[in-house]
Amino acid sequence: MARMKFLCDADRCIECNACVTACKNEHEVPWGINRRRVVTINDGKPGERSISMACMHCTDAPCAAVCPVNCFYTTADGVVLHSKDLCIGCGYCFYACPFGAPQYPKVGNFGSRGKMDKCTFCAGGPEADGSKEEYEKYGANRLAEGKLPLCAEMCSTKSLLAGDGEIIAQIYKERVMKRGYGSGAWGWKTAYRETIES
Amino acid sequence: MASFGRVIRLVVGACALLLVIAASTPSSAQQVNPTASAVKEQQLLQELNQIQGRVSIPDQRSGVLEQPAGRVWREFRNVTLRWIGGIAILGMIAVIVIFYLSRGMVRLDSGRSGRTIVRFTAFERFVHWMTATCFIILAISGLNITFGRPLLLPLIGFETFSEWSQWAKYAHNYLSFPFTIGVVLIFLTWIGGNIPNKVDIDWIKRGGGLVGHDHPPAYRFNAGQKAFYWIVVISGTLVAVTGYQLMLPFYLTGIEGMQLAQIVHSTVAVLFVAAMIAHIYIGTIGMEGAFEAMGTGTVDINWAQEHHSLWLEEQNARTSANDARPQPAATPAE
Repeated sequence: MARMKFLCDADRCIECNACVTACKNEHEVPWGINRRRVVTINDGKPGERSISMACMHCTDAPCAAVCPVNCFYTTADGVVLHSKDLCIGCGYCFYACPFGAPQYPKVGNFGSRGKMDKCTFCAGGPEADGSKEEYEKYGANRLAEGKLPLCAEMCSTKSLLAGDGEIIAQIYKERVMKRGYGSGAWGWKTAYRETIES
Repeated sequence: MASFGRVIRLVVGACALLLVIAASTPSSAQQVNPTASAVKEQQLLQELNQIQGRVSIPDQRSGVLEQPAGRVWREFRNVTLRWIGGIAILGMIAVIVIFYLSRGMVRLDSGRSGRTIVRFTAFERFVHWMTATCFIILAISGLNITFGRPLLLPLIGFETFSEWSQWAKYAHNYLSFPFTIGVVLIFLTWIGGNIPNKVDIDWIKRGGGLVGHDHPPAYRFNAGQKAFYWIVVISGTLVAVTGYQLMLPFYLTGIEGMQLAQIVHSTVAVLFVAAMIAHIYIGTIGMEGAFEAMGTGTVDINWAQEHHSLWLEEQNARTSANDARPQPAATPAE
């Protein structure tokens, strides 16, 4: 089985936010929730870089470790998913997540945050693949249809890569070799405890 | 056709100009590294321990790209806190069991006189029991968050545990309000009797009557009770403030602030629970005649004489000014 990962090639990202829009549309994510976002660092200054970030589907995921009700699970593809039926909306995953991935529909409502929502790597949830219940709770299950996450699939500059970690790392390495520079695989060290040597 | 020719000439000229520019620049272009000034992830993390940028979506808080500090918090929550809580609570229970088995209940040495005196008014008892009831539910639902997953979840299964934890979370959030009011009322109601004074030093030196069978004098509250009072006021304030901070995310602080709030909240809370276990013990099976003070509101005169002799003198002096006899307080306040 593959070990699914995201990689954002910051030297290619043009901050078009199409990944953000595609994600919201594909999964019909409610208002106020962004499973993916593009963060621009040093905006307007020399060396500015934009990075598209969502759940990184960490190795030994901190969210899963701190969840008081143990609602997270890792699929055979290494995708970190959770059950909204078990989630109690306590917010602990959100304190532990290094990437700000967990989102709550009711932030600030006396702590009744509602069920946590986050990027599923377009892999749905514990319900039957492609079922109506799964779509309503977690959005589309593209992985079950043999497709990769939409954000990466439709990235116009192919900055955002999603797929098997080894393959996307190889693609990134080749790019860095060919063009002679690369600002690194953002978040990899934190999420996967490894980085791509280039 | 003349204009077409002009356009052609213009285009050719522009292309030639571009070629000239392109030919003159390669030497410098090869030396320019586009990432020379680019932001570096590890460098940013070392500088600030988090990476923040600008986002164009309305949720500006999502501008925090990375905050690996969650890893430290995870270690605290899953390991450190369980040790602190386990040692504090089980340790306290162990100490009490050993103490009870060796010392036994603190008896009324002079027996009961049959006459009683009002110790706590109905209002005082209401405040106490409101806070106490909230505290017990808050403690159980709070301990569930820390210890439920390893201890209770394997016994009752995922669905039942989630259902219970969901209700426990609602109870924890909403009972925090009467609990906070209770802590404020406790602070205001009993502040008068809880300022430490010289009598307390003597009381502590003589072991407070817990060790041995001594009866050191005390006013309305002895040093032990004053300690509990200040534990409730200080711990109660800390858990309330940090708790509301967690209930209202981002109103006061960002993520690091919430991690810190959770650390303070949970550490203080488990120590608070350990302290209250001791309080419950001494107020029930630990001491004869103690529970009725908070139960009916009256205590036996002999109990007051043994444990709060100076307070009894004060009360007698006050009542004898109006009435020659010590107040019998025949009717319980309820």
